[in-house]
Amino acid sequence: MEKISFYLNGKQVKLAIDPSTRLLDVLRIRLHMTGVKEGCGEGECGACSVLVDGVCYNSCLTPVANVMGKHIVTIEGFRTTKQYRIIADAFADFGASQCGFCTPGMILNAYALLKNNPHPSEEEVRIALSGNLCRCTGYNAIVKAILEIAEKGDIVW
Amino acid sequence: MAQFKNSTVKIDNEEKMSGKALFTDDLPSEGFLWVRPLRSNIPCGRIRTINVPKLPKGYYWVDAKDIVKENVVNIIFSDWPVFADRRVNYYGETIGLLIGPDKAKLEELGRLLQVNYDEEIPHFKLNNSKIHKSFTKGNLDEVIKNHDFMLEETFETGYQEQVYLEPQSMIMWLDGDKITIKASMQCPFYIKNAVVRTLGCSPDKVRVIQPAVGGAFGGKEHYPSMMAAQLATAIMKIKKPLKMVFDRSEDLMYTTKRHPSRTTYTGYVKDGRLVGVKAHVGLNGGAYLGCSGVVLNRGLIAVVDSYDVPNLDVTGDVYVTNTMPTAAFRGFGSPQTIFAFEMFIEHIAKAIGVDPVEFKLKHLVKKGQTTAVNGKFHDDIILPQLVEKAMEMSDFKRKYKEYSKPGSNRGIGISTFLHGCGFTGSGESTIINAQLKLTKDENDIVHLYTSQVDFGQGNRTTLKKIVSDTLGIPEEQVTHEAPDTDHTLSTGPTAASRTIIIVGYLCEKAAKHLKEIWKPGVYQEWIEPYVGPDYIHWDEDTLQGDAYPGYAWGVNIVEISFDPITYQVKVEGAWSTYDVGHAIDERIVIGQADGGLAQAIGYGYLENMEMAEGRFRQKTLADYIIPTSADLPMMETELIDNLFAYGASGAKGCGELTFVGGAPALCHAIEMAINRKIYKIPANPEYLMELVENGKD
Repeated sequence: MEKISFYLNGKQVKLAIDPSTRLLDVLRIRLHMTGVKEGCGEGECGACSVLVDGVCYNSCLTPVANVMGKHIVTIEGFRTTKQYRIIADAFADFGASQCGFCTPGMILNAYALLKNNPHPSEEEVRIALSGNLCRCTGYNAIVKAILEIAEKGDIVW
Repeated sequence: MAQFKNSTVKIDNEEKMSGKALFTDDLPSEGFLWVRPLRSNIPCGRIRTINVPKLPKGYYWVDAKDIVKENVVNIIFSDWPVFADRRVNYYGETIGLLIGPDKAKLEELGRLLQVNYDEEIPHFKLNNSKIHKSFTKGNLDEVIKNHDFMLEETFETGYQEQVYLEPQSMIMWLDGDKITIKASMQCPFYIKNAVVRTLGCSPDKVRVIQPAVGGAFGGKEHYPSMMAAQLATAIMKIKKPLKMVFDRSEDLMYTTKRHPSRTTYTGYVKDGRLVGVKAHVGLNGGAYLGCSGVVLNRGLIAVVDSYDVPNLDVTGDVYVTNTMPTAAFRGFGSPQTIFAFEMFIEHIAKAIGVDPVEFKLKHLVKKGQTTAVNGKFHDDIILPQLVEKAMEMSDFKRKYKEYSKPGSNRGIGISTFLHGCGFTGSGESTIINAQLKLTKDENDIVHLYTSQVDFGQGNRTTLKKIVSDTLGIPEEQVTHEAPDTDHTLSTGPTAASRTIIIVGYLCEKAAKHLKEIWKPGVYQEWIEPYVGPDYIHWDEDTLQGDAYPGYAWGVNIVEISFDPITYQVKVEGAWSTYDVGHAIDERIVIGQADGGLAQAIGYGYLENMEMAEGRFRQKTLADYIIPTSADLPMMETELIDNLFAYGASGAKGCGELTFVGGAPALCHAIEMAINRKIYKIPANPEYLMELVENGKD
């Protein structure tokens, strides 16, 4: 057991834990962040996406030791921001969430994309999201929602 | 702003986007014991001994010896045991459960547990038929004696895995002597009935409650009944709360998939018209039949798709093999035959030297004509409008001409198709007998109770909307919670594209009745039983008559480019038009259209699942590939109203319709690009390379 500390949604967390534990398990089981989902456990589906210092990570492939001292944002933290509201409203408008299992990860990845590239082309959106699988929507509504936000400009990012 | 007609934000939208929605594995489960299935590692044989290692305190083993009443999972044809009893019939069959508090310890115990078998030679060939069906239409013998041209071809389709993003999961606990279940599911009453049957208990001792469900597509129609029967057996023995959550590999390897098929057609042409077809459809049902007979029925009924062929001789078989049983997946048998027939009819046209699209359009069915099973198309058929609109949206005619030129490495294809909505034949009135309860409380809030699961299709919202619209009250004045079998009557399973056409219709009728008796400020209740169209007559044994209460129709156009060096296909465009009667909520229907077509395109060229010696070779999402956002174009869809008399505001079904035509439209486009004929899906680069090198043009 090692003492591991990081910031979760703005608050410092200190845990005595095996440093090789998957960040996904730390978040879901120890810290009850159930908005982080396990869809495949091998970095293919992106349902477990979280932001680590603003970059989208698959938490299932990240040992908790790798996030020592870093800032982690899960959907539980992100949903309180105005950026979430903008993305969520566009998702609602286009019907971008069906079963909802991929949605928190998809929203975090959409944010990571728009923050770095506020005016992505359709192709850039498609490539950026290609690590987040969705089996319900065919991605149409998701891509449209993000392109719509991209048109609004970069003020919000 | 997105432009959708009559659309409202879904009831559960915000909780799902914000991560607040609790799926089964998210539910508090302090003190629950983990359940690890121990599965057969041979495809066929007798179990000689099961050597269970000494289990630490608090760990348990449960197997067939613990069955309370009946070792069978209640599925349509109930032949699948809850636990393998003395023999195993497929690789992965559950022999028993290891149960305990620590997951890692269960893995360790699982490795120590030894099963000794007398292995038998497994059967993998498709020749051991356990269900055989046949019917005829017109007189094929006359056609055989008198035709100008004949063609025989065989088509194959592969396994397809649902890949709902949330894997199978279930928790179960005892509330006094009552079993309570929350699970990722489609059909709460199927689960309840499965528990009641295996335990032989009274129905009031089992309660099933639906939490958030992360996709299903048919994969959670029957399989959760198996899980529930296993956990119920365990809970009766050890009386502790239980939790079983599959990881992705387990889910890919050991849950039910779409039936692989082999379909052979012989077509007879006279004076430029396809006048007769002899067809045989073979499905691989795996080791147990389950719902395979019904899947075969749907495939056979759709055997000539949306085309009028006056003379038919049709047979079909479900073959039993020592492989994982196959079961429901969006489309339920019809995607297999519709793929095969779409390819076949174009191949005939090409062989007799006429334009394939014109040839198909000449054969579209019309109102009043007989169906393949000698029923009648009672309602208006607007396929020509759907075709015209889809062609206009996609600039089809220009592209078709341009891409037909050799060496274009581009292609565009069109499919037209139908989907029967609801259970086959009179099943809605004879098997399901849905009853819907609507209550109104003293504050005039209306409560709608259904057993329909919303696993993403938006039906919680749509059904509620039918009630509020019919009553003429604001949507906020109606509640529609996720099903709880203690609170709702059974309105039937969430399957067979029946939710809107059947349950939606019930909602409308019940709301009309409640409106008639409405008294403000008092509690009122209305129970509405389903009564279908009285002109529907069906004989299940002979497969003759009106197969469905109503049909929904569609057209898909897919455009692709082809890389002659890598043999890779890129989907460049996809356009669809649908007649779903009337969209209660356009945004929700378009969502179904996008998602269904995406899965169908995946089925057509990407999703490859192979079986070797009874085991699936694809075990992860790294080798079973489904479409990502980078694989798909922006899809465009238009709906054309064609009101159905027995649907709420004229609505029919749409969930499966959007799946059935995608693969053949895609394959027509690939055929154009490579100038070769396709006989199987998925049309992946390996197969296309073989075709380009050695195939028929």
